Amino acid sequence: MTTIAIDGGGFRETPLSAYQIAISTKRVVVGYGFWIFLLSDIVMFSAFFAAYAVLAHATADGPTGMQLFNQRSVAIETACLLASSYTCGLMQLAVTSRRYAVTYLMAFLTFALGAAFLALELHEFAGMIASGAGPQRSAFLSAFFTLVGCHGLHVTVGLIWLVVMMAQVGIKSLYDPTVERRLLCFSLFWHALDIVWVWLFTVVYLMGGLS
Amino acid sequence: MSLLGKLNWSAIPFDQPIIMGATGGMVLFIGLVLAWVTLKGYVPYLWREWITSVDHKRIGVMYIVLALLMLLRGFADAIMMRSQQAVAAGGAQGYLPPEHFDQIFSAHGTIMIFFMAMPFVIGMMNFVVPLQLGVRDMAFPTLNSVALGLTASGILLTNISLAVGEFSKAGWVAYPPLSELQFSPGVGVDYYLWALQISGVGTLMTGINFVATILKTRASGMTYMRMPVFCWTSLAANLLIVAAFPVLTATLAMLSLDRYLGFHFFTIDGQGNAMMYVNLFWVWGHPEVYILVLPAFGIFSEVVSTFSGKPLFGYRSMVAATMVICVLSFVVWLHHFFTMGASANVNGFFGVMTMIIAVPTGVKVFNWLFTMYGGRIRFTVPILWSIGFMVTFVIGGMTGVLMAVPPADFALHNSLFLIAHFHNVIIGGTVFGLMAGYNYWFPKAFGFRLDERWGRASFWCWLIGFYLAFMPLYVLGLMGMTRRMQHYDVAGWQPWLVIAAIGVAVILAGIVCQVIQLVVSIRKREQLKATADPWNGRTLEWATASPPPAWNFSVLPNVADIDAFWKEKQDDRRHQATPPKEKTFEPIEMPKSSATGFVMAFFAVIFGFAMIWHIWWMAGVGIIGAFLTTLAFAFRGEEETEVTPEQIARFELVNGAEIAR
Repeated sequence: MTTIAIDGGGFRETPLSAYQIAISTKRVVVGYGFWIFLLSDIVMFSAFFAAYAVLAHATADGPTGMQLFNQRSVAIETACLLASSYTCGLMQLAVTSRRYAVTYLMAFLTFALGAAFLALELHEFAGMIASGAGPQRSAFLSAFFTLVGCHGLHVTVGLIWLVVMMAQVGIKSLYDPTVERRLLCFSLFWHALDIVWVWLFTVVYLMGGLS
Repeated sequence: MSLLGKLNWSAIPFDQPIIMGATGGMVLFIGLVLAWVTLKGYVPYLWREWITSVDHKRIGVMYIVLALLMLLRGFADAIMMRSQQAVAAGGAQGYLPPEHFDQIFSAHGTIMIFFMAMPFVIGMMNFVVPLQLGVRDMAFPTLNSVALGLTASGILLTNISLAVGEFSKAGWVAYPPLSELQFSPGVGVDYYLWALQISGVGTLMTGINFVATILKTRASGMTYMRMPVFCWTSLAANLLIVAAFPVLTATLAMLSLDRYLGFHFFTIDGQGNAMMYVNLFWVWGHPEVYILVLPAFGIFSEVVSTFSGKPLFGYRSMVAATMVICVLSFVVWLHHFFTMGASANVNGFFGVMTMIIAVPTGVKVFNWLFTMYGGRIRFTVPILWSIGFMVTFVIGGMTGVLMAVPPADFALHNSLFLIAHFHNVIIGGTVFGLMAGYNYWFPKAFGFRLDERWGRASFWCWLIGFYLAFMPLYVLGLMGMTRRMQHYDVAGWQPWLVIAAIGVAVILAGIVCQVIQLVVSIRKREQLKATADPWNGRTLEWATASPPPAWNFSVLPNVADIDAFWKEKQDDRRHQATPPKEKTFEPIEMPKSSATGFVMAFFAVIFGFAMIWHIWWMAGVGIIGAFLTTLAFAFRGEEETEVTPEQIARFELVNGAEIAR
């Protein structure tokens, strides 16, 4: 077995064992497939963004974004999420060099920062609902809760996924190619949520605070 | 709140003889099939070889079986609508009360688009694409099985609505505010929402799977410009799925939030915006049209080239036209509602774009014609469907361009002219294409051909029936008849509607011919036995046995030309003197069968049904069940099994003579 041409017809010069071929190509295919999923997820977010943009001023004489948004708490949320992306990146490095302790530590930090983000967001939601600015109040608030809530739901799913992955690292191992692939997908997912949040932060909180 | 949410005995319409009759028939049919399967002892076989199979060929066949069953269901709705409108003229009310008639047209559209055309197209791609690419399976085989399960769940929920509760009365597009809780308080719209939401997730999985498969796992030497056209059109369709279906998911989620939690996306109060739904719906809906028709274009390309004995004319322009359509399909959505009242400039832009998107489609038609020109055409059933398509689709395309003119559209919007137009392109394009593909690839799937005589009879009945059923609708549209009318006062419309009803009867004869064709072919299968290459084909699927082994190719092919298999045959003829090479086989890793798809579908149905009837604890069971299923899948040990060289050699020994050319 000297040459293979599974990904896109390109040829490798160096001979690989059958085992290596199976692993490298599967990793490429899985990562690629997950990228496509992420793109589709971003398309879904863009529909919610579009709805928010259409309804941003449809407040039905209720509170506006400027009256409701607390820039400080949102800034802390943003810091938590961005930091969690950093620790997630460190975790990925530890996974590649098969260091268990660092992997667990960074996963824990990622989880803690993600959970803190989520707690702050839920606190913000609860405060708004308590003050009569729940999603049933106006079309603007419906769109706000759906867009931000959808991101929050993704973060929740990510946290559950991270816990499951750490269980997999413990029960299977970091040398298991399946586990490694899934961790790769998880970190892609986590970074994508960051990108969505940057948009969300800009469109909802910054632009909403200005108008 | 009771334990069963909104569900109680009054949900079953015992007082409606037509519905109860249909339900009884359906339950009886399913019961008889299950009893027969159980008594014959087929259950373990079906479970082992089909339901838990992750083989793309089996999954493809199961998609198509589902699609054909739903064709019957959706067609029964069509018969009822046509017969109702044929009699309900003047003071007559016909035999269907309005609330039932409304459910019928909503169910007809929903079923035909989502549960007939989509599974048929996806099934066709599943069966053919990996074979044409010269690979052994999809990129994600278990995901493929889960996608099938979710599609089947949506189908099951839609059909449960016949017996338990009601289906949506808001049309297949479910525009608010009609589809909002205020005007549709029943469970009909909820059945629509959850059936589409669940099957939509399955469709998205399919899209991701195909894009990854086509772009990342092709036979060695198969560069992009050597990919068969059907793979190209499948790639375009799946890119559209990935880019468009998430919008549908989001839109239906917004409508669900309105209905379940009192949000104000599309409501009249709270400053909701109903037209936003219409825009979002068609941002998905127009690409969806091309998701359905592009693979059909691919099928015609394969069929026309094979039966003309020539390479496809203008392969590169065909690929370019496909990708241009893929992109442009995202900038024409507003032509579905010029009457919204956007400015003249906006309407003008979308009108012009709509006319422009007809150009690449025209390129394709000319390519097919030039492929046939000078070819030695064999008039088999698949090419009959293709020629029928070319004539019919061009007519439908031109009426589409007529409606792309915004002022004309103001007169024709929501009239029967529109109904005639889109049936003209969906039946004349997608359905004819699927029928061509069904006849073309059947021998590959089952090892015997479909009977030609009944096939021809079915084609002619469909074609003539189609013209009888839909040409009168163009006339009626111009006379001012709108869609979805349970009865009407204008006596002058009735003769045309009677002709249309006769047309439906002729199409019914075509469907009956197809059922007979299948039965006759199965009984005569020894006579109709097909070799690996029954049509003198050009692409790689004809290079392996009919039906192909689970591993598709004992030795993975090397591709050196567009028509890879044709080239191989030519080369073999040239080098006849060389003796056949001694074949040695290497072990093949194949994905293991998995019950994940079936179990996932089970919990999806539980969840969907619970959400429709507000049975919250049961929805929780569905969610937790689905999560535990995912966990079980994630923690399973062995993912693959090995096919030994001895097994492969044994298969080759039995089928080798057939493959040898």
